[in-house]
Amino acid sequence: MNKVITGNEAAAYGALLSRPAVVCAYPITPQSRVVELMAEFHSQGLLKGKFINVESEMDAIGYVIGASSGGVRVFTATGSQGLAWMHEGLHWAAGARLPIVMVNVNRPIAAPWNLTSDQSDSLSQRDTGWMQFYCENNQEVIDTVIQTYRVSESIGLPAMVCLDGVYLSYVAESTEIPDQAMVDRYLPPYEPDFPAGKVTANRYKLWDKSAPEPDSYSTDEFFESRYVLHKLQSQCLDAVLRANDEYKEIFGRAYLPVEEYKADDADVVVVCSGSAVGTCRHVINILREQGHKVGLVKLKMFRPFPKELVRKALAGRKKVAVIERDMIPGQGGVFCQEIKWALSAEQRAVPVYGFVSGLGGHDITAKLVEKAILFTLQEEPPEQDVIWLGLPEKRESDEYDKRSIKIY
Amino acid sequence: MNTINAPLKYINEEYVQPPHTACPGCGMPLAMRGLLKALGSKVILVIPPGCGSIIGSYPKRIFRDKGENIPVLSTPLGSAAICAGGLKTALVIRGDTETEVVACVGDGGTYDIGFGGLSAIAERNEDIIYVCYDNELYGNTGAQRSSATPWGARTVTTIPPVAKMENKKDIISIMAAHGIPYLATATIAYPDDLMRKVRKAKDITGFRFLLILTPCVTGWLYRSEFTVEASRLAVETRIFPLLEIENGTHITINKQPEGIPVEEYFKIQGRYRHLTSEEIAEFQGKVDEGWKRLQWSASYGNQA
Repeated sequence: MNKVITGNEAAAYGALLSRPAVVCAYPITPQSRVVELMAEFHSQGLLKGKFINVESEMDAIGYVIGASSGGVRVFTATGSQGLAWMHEGLHWAAGARLPIVMVNVNRPIAAPWNLTSDQSDSLSQRDTGWMQFYCENNQEVIDTVIQTYRVSESIGLPAMVCLDGVYLSYVAESTEIPDQAMVDRYLPPYEPDFPAGKVTANRYKLWDKSAPEPDSYSTDEFFESRYVLHKLQSQCLDAVLRANDEYKEIFGRAYLPVEEYKADDADVVVVCSGSAVGTCRHVINILREQGHKVGLVKLKMFRPFPKELVRKALAGRKKVAVIERDMIPGQGGVFCQEIKWALSAEQRAVPVYGFVSGLGGHDITAKLVEKAILFTLQEEPPEQDVIWLGLPEKRESDEYDKRSIKIY
Repeated sequence: MNTINAPLKYINEEYVQPPHTACPGCGMPLAMRGLLKALGSKVILVIPPGCGSIIGSYPKRIFRDKGENIPVLSTPLGSAAICAGGLKTALVIRGDTETEVVACVGDGGTYDIGFGGLSAIAERNEDIIYVCYDNELYGNTGAQRSSATPWGARTVTTIPPVAKMENKKDIISIMAAHGIPYLATATIAYPDDLMRKVRKAKDITGFRFLLILTPCVTGWLYRSEFTVEASRLAVETRIFPLLEIENGTHITINKQPEGIPVEEYFKIQGRYRHLTSEEIAEFQGKVDEGWKRLQWSASYGNQA
């Protein structure tokens, strides 16, 4: 069935079709519609599980930690301040190996207040042990939520499905809503490997499923648990690819963790993630028509970082331009850092241009993307970690202002 | 009427098994012992950080039914009530309606950092038993003040002459105001009363709150043989009333103590040693006032 729905609604439909037993969330702009629609599904009897509009994000994550520890499929959604408020629970969920699926609607974290769009919120949680996927459009949102349950439950790790606030959350587009029977075929009911009346949270020794719950805790236990968490992360990419292949078989749609677009012979590639990918595709089409050998690499999977795929996509290029909607003060863009790390072992250094743009809901326009790509084509690699793309105010007052690169 | 001595069939099973690492003279293991004796072993304990989690599982699990561990869900400090609610929901969805989910949380996790979630679970009347073992300070981190610390008490962060300047938070009234089906107070000097209340809580559906006063040897600074005496004197001085509140209104005071002077209770503890006679009188005034208010509330609720 095709429906014109927003990104928030796509997230809610994806969750509904995945048949979670417990749904609980706290509303926050620009995610609130996810919570409201889940409540509507519940009141209409479509959502069979328990729905709870909890009192804070910390309690939303706490409740799903409790429910997931008891062995049922859960769903929650948040964004921005809410995600920050969950922070302790995020670490907990990953450490306890709970297959929680959460939708995060990306919005900046205050101060200053900003209610629009920016991926700094989820990127700041990159070290919690959660998988992270960034969606380009509403179709991808609904499909990714369903796929992520497969991935998350097969590995036993939590996962975040991220969509840009406003650009996706509020924008309606025609979206295919998968058939429930087909989703049921793809995603069978969750079968925890422990009986009701027990809890899973303290069983770190999951490499040995016959091992009993430990009757004592030691520093060994913790050290070992971290070894296991790291090992599990190495299995995520395969699980994602598998889940994606099987999804394609049933639904005919697929999303690669790292997707190349017109990049085969490209000397310069742009790396982008989230809703701005669509704009980048458009600009690449125009520049290709003008004869520039440029291409695009869309990064959908961010955690665990698909290092080998990124290397394969970027090694040997003349230059790489990363355009991203996030910022670590003092460091620059998060994606840029990770890409530089992925390329650090290359024999021939690949210059990476780090463009920070669209912070706090500023548009990353086609014009800005074009300027960024032309800058990358024409200019020598800069020393600076950040190239400011579309900074609203011109500044020339001190040494930093004069040295920093700004493209207006 | 005193209902304190209501007889209870003695339960032989022990679910708190030695050795444990509580301080000699700690009141909490006694509370846990009575709690589990009355509940039986078909439980999942939900324990956030605190003395309960350390004593309960480090270095060895002490909550055991014969050779088997009683399941314990560890949670973040502020999330015990919430995690317990989620867990109970999961159990029911999986068809297990028998296992009792019991959050065991100190006063820090109850009065302070976990209060938001506790209030929410109570408001939604979720079907768990919540036990607060209240030692009136943050025992596990070394006896810092909590909002359960009484006025005038010394802790390592309320040091005379700047002892605790605020009254103990009235968690009983606060929880009663949520209109929960069952609320009771208990303390280790009256184990029959404690176990009877746990039994009663077990037979009720919805949110049940038990406040158990558990003396803390290192925080209250008494000699370790005075644990039970401190608990008894807290009741006898009317500082800690033994009561039950049903549906937020119907109050039963289980014991009407004669009200011996608070000084008797203070004498065995180091945390009140700095108080002047004027300050002790002020404390006595607060206790008398509180007791009067409790009698009034009980008579009001019981008129219906």
